[in-house]
Amino acid sequence: MDSGAGLQPGGSPAIPRVAVTADPLDLQALTQEVSRTAAADGAITSFIGLVRDHNQGRRVSYLEYEAYEPLAVRALNLIVEESAGVWPTARLAVHHRIGRLEIGEASIIIVAASPHRAEAFAACRYMIERVKQIVPIWKHEHFEGGDVWLEGATADPADEAARDKARRIACA
Amino acid sequence: MRVTVRLFARLRDLAGAGEIVRDVPAPATVRTVWQELVGEIPALEEYERTMSVAVNADYAKMSAIVADGDEVAFMPPVSGG
Repeated sequence: MDSGAGLQPGGSPAIPRVAVTADPLDLQALTQEVSRTAAADGAITSFIGLVRDHNQGRRVSYLEYEAYEPLAVRALNLIVEESAGVWPTARLAVHHRIGRLEIGEASIIIVAASPHRAEAFAACRYMIERVKQIVPIWKHEHFEGGDVWLEGATADPADEAARDKARRIACA
Repeated sequence: MRVTVRLFARLRDLAGAGEIVRDVPAPATVRTVWQELVGEIPALEEYERTMSVAVNADYAKMSAIVADGDEVAFMPPVSGG
């Protein structure tokens, strides 16, 4: 069989460890990708962010996610690199979905693998905290009676205070 | 020289477009481009202190030099996850 580009030796299609995509997210596939090289790992943790039916007293109908895609992918890769600097034994993967998402759908999935659980939990938590700080993605909330763009943090990857805050939360 | 301005989320709504091509006098910085844009669309000004900027899909400062053909992005505070 011809093993063309994008195919793993096992024959299953390769999936990127970092992605911004309009397609539904697949935690099982991402977990398999991370654990493909995991013979030395003793732990895998994962995080799934879901679209919630309420926010700040509003009844949410659905969310639309918008991204500056090339920079979002770059920022996600930067966070993976940061994490590798703090937890060298952990490996991370993250997929963020964009477009219209209904209540209960996954907007983000994160998988962290490491020899021991502490690093996997911490790296996973660090990742989601940093995503909320520096990845150029926005929620457009559609609720009963209107719609609003949600605005959180001013994105600045060089802001060490923000990075330290994410690290403290991850290690709490 | 010619630059492509990218606007996102509420900035895009305020401007009525996510991509705007503009001629700006050289030499220019991101700030030059922003000031031209705010002159045209004053409602954007409220984001001057909270936005992030990028040049060619890489985070940059307002003082960054902009060259002909560059893509300059202005982004409100992010809310992913």
